This record gives sequence, structure tokens and C-alpha cells, in this order.
Amino acid sequence: MTEEAAVRIKDMLEKDEILSSGHRMCAGCAAPTIVKLMGMALRGPTVVCEATGCLEVATTIYPYTAWKIPWIHVAFENASAVASGVVEAYKVMHQKGRFEHEHVDVIAIGGDGGTFDIGFGSLSGMLERGHDVVYMVYDNGAYQNTGIQRSGATLPGQETTTSWAGKVSPGKEQRKKPIAEIVAAHKIPYVATVSPYHRRDFIQKFRKALEVEGPAFIHAISPCPRGWRSETGKSMELAKLAVETGIHPLYEVFDGEEYKMSGPSKRIKELTPIEDYMKPQGQFRHLFKDPQWEGFREQIQTWIKEDWELLKKKCGVE
Amino acid sequence: MSEKFDEIPMAGNIIKPGNATEYKTGGWRSERPVHIPETCLWIKNGTCGICWIYCPDMAIKLIEKDGKYEFEYDYDYCKGCGICYNECPTDSIKMEKE
Ligand code: SF4
Ligand code: SF4
Repeated sequence: MTEEAAVRIKDMLEKDEILSSGHRMCAGCAAPTIVKLMGMALRGPTVVCEATGCLEVATTIYPYTAWKIPWIHVAFENASAVASGVVEAYKVMHQKGRFEHEHVDVIAIGGDGGTFDIGFGSLSGMLERGHDVVYMVYDNGAYQNTGIQRSGATLPGQETTTSWAGKVSPGKEQRKKPIAEIVAAHKIPYVATVSPYHRRDFIQKFRKALEVEGPAFIHAISPCPRGWRSETGKSMELAKLAVETGIHPLYEVFDGEEYKMSGPSKRIKELTPIEDYMKPQGQFRHLFKDPQWEGFREQIQTWIKEDWELLKKKCGVE
Repeated sequence: MSEKFDEIPMAGNIIKPGNATEYKTGGWRSERPVHIPETCLWIKNGTCGICWIYCPDMAIKLIEKDGKYEFEYDYDYCKGCGICYNECPTDSIKMEKE
């Protein structure tokens, strides 16, 4: 137990990777990188419970698994419930002397569909019960694995196969669910947003999430070349731009009350215009091609700016 | 998959960690990353490693042997996404058509 987290390259190289090559995630998908970074933060025996989603489907196509640590697939809606069960089961097994380790870290992973929407009820229940689980959502902004349907995490203006853009609609018209804040409102010990581009920040936050007693929540942005219609090589760049534009600001929330802005976001003097984030992505193309959506684009920018100002206030940043 | 029904582990569990490596994904590639050791910081002094960290397919091997640093692509698995090429701070990776 209590292996150190690896944040320097030499330490990283020595740490066992938890995901192998040969998985069938799309080329350029950021999710395997996210799992790799998560692995760098681990401190000992760990079990992963994963909801249905791209990462689940494509890393474990029968009879193969890319996972090198114990991993269980559960349904779309109950990763958190199963994770709670795993915690309880180990507790009992330990009491009965059927399990040697003092402690096992339990991690639940879901995509944005499995977290923002379908698995939200079970997630909320787990938070309320206070089970010692780290829940990580890798958010690629839609139900990508079933064919790019809109989810609660889809951004306004984003085109999906259930929010087509055209003459009458600019893509999704509603705003994105503020999942990290909703989770923080459960007053759990630790909530953080991360981006795989900011790898050090990612690993340190994940480690904190493992170390707190009780539930912790990590919201990771996960660029998806297939659904976002972006170049496969641009995924890390988009993960960086998401932070710079304020679309996915990096911060932590302690006990649901104390907001703290993280380094990469704190260093932002002025937000990068959302155009820089949208233009490399085909899913926003209509917003630039059709002049009638210019107003909507400005509306999105206003929303992002308002959210940013509000967040700065909560974090006590000028 | 060649096991008979009674040789498959109970509940279809997969009991060999990381056996996905038996499945090669290199054939997905339309462009191949090629490393240029002359300017690479890992080769120079064992720092950086950014390409290794970001590679979603664990297809880069950074090797330290007798105080020397070596770099290797595993083309059996590299899908040619170009993330390593895009993120290398010293432009030590180029992409070539397969
Ligand atoms: S091209 Fe993509 S898959 Fe291939 S080594 Fe580079 S980052 Fe890895
Ligand atoms: S990112 Fe570039 S400089 Fe850094 S280790 Fe890789 S090839 Fe070398």
C-alpha cells in the first residue's frame, strides 16, 4: 500500500501502466491517456467499476481486456451502486479474514452519458451514502459509442445525431449541465476538474481524490476525434484549448464549500475566444457557415464568460 | 477464440490482465510517426517524454540502458493518430504516409 504518485517522467516510466496496447479505442481518443494518467496516481490495490461507454466497450472486447488491474463492467446506470457494493464487500471480507489487504481503492468510471444522465441517480445515491469511492467521468460531450447522440454534457451549438444543425436549429440549444457543481452540492470531501493536457495537475488531483475519506469526484475533459469531427492528432491541443477558453475551467471544491482555482486556469489573464476551440471541430462548423447563427455563437460566448466570472468569484480570484 | 464451452472461465471472466496485446491495431494506421533522435530531449538527457505520456496506445517505448537513452515505436499497435507528432516540443517526430 501507499505507493507514491508518479508525476516526474522518470517515476512515471517506473510505474506499471494500467492499460495495455491493443485496445480498440479510436485513433487519437483521449480516454486511454486519461486512464494512463489515472494509473500514475494509484497508491496500491485498486478495483475499477465501469459503466457502459466507449472506454468500457473498446477496452474489453471479448475475449480480450486491455486492463491490467481488476475491472468490472456494469450497466450504464449503476457504476456508482456497484462501486458501493464493492467497498462493502471488501469490508466484510476483510473482517472475516478472507482478504489480506488492509484497504482497496475503488474507482468508478463513467462517460458523460453514464454520469450526467443515465447514472446520475446512482451517483447521487453513492455520494449521499458517503462511500469511499473515486468517481471519474471522462466527458467527450455526447453518447459517442452509440453514434454521437446528445447528452447532458453536450455543449450548446454542438451538432449531434439527435441535435442536428440546419435551417431551423443551431445544434443543441440548451446549456451544459454543471456536473462538478451539482456533485459538489452533495458536500462531499473532494471534487476536481481536470484535463489530460495538464498532466501534472491531473495526477496530483487524482491522488488527492484517492486520499480523502469518503467520496470524491473527478471531471475530465476527453476530446473525441470521431464525434467532434476533429483531427486525431489535435486531441491534446483541444484539451488545452478547453481550459484556455473557459469551456472546461480547472478547479477544486473541498467539502462542497471551498472553491479553489487550479494553476492552469488561474494563470489565464483573458479567456481565449471560443472560436479557437470550435473551429478545429466539424461539429461546430455550421455556426461559422450560416450567418443566421452568429447571434447564437455570441450567446454561447456570453454564457461561458458569465460562468467564468461566477467561478472566479467563488474561488476568490480577481 | 478457440476454447470449448467448458474451458471458458466462469461467467466469461477474462483472467489474463492486458491480453488485448494479442490483438494488433497497427493495421489501422494510414500515417506512420518517425522519430528523429538528433533533436529529441529524451535521447539527449532523459527528460521530456511528452510523446510517451500522451500516446493513447502505449506505442512508444522510452528505454534507459547503461546510462544511454533509447526511443522505439511499437508499430504493431501505433494507430498513427499523430498526437505525439503534434505535441513534441522539439519537432523530433515526423509523419510519413504508410
Ligand atoms: S501516432 Fe498516436 S498511436 Fe502512434 S505513437 Fe504517436 S501518439 Fe501513439
Ligand atoms: S516529445 Fe519529442 S523531444 Fe520529447 S521525448 Fe518525445 S520525441 Fe523526444
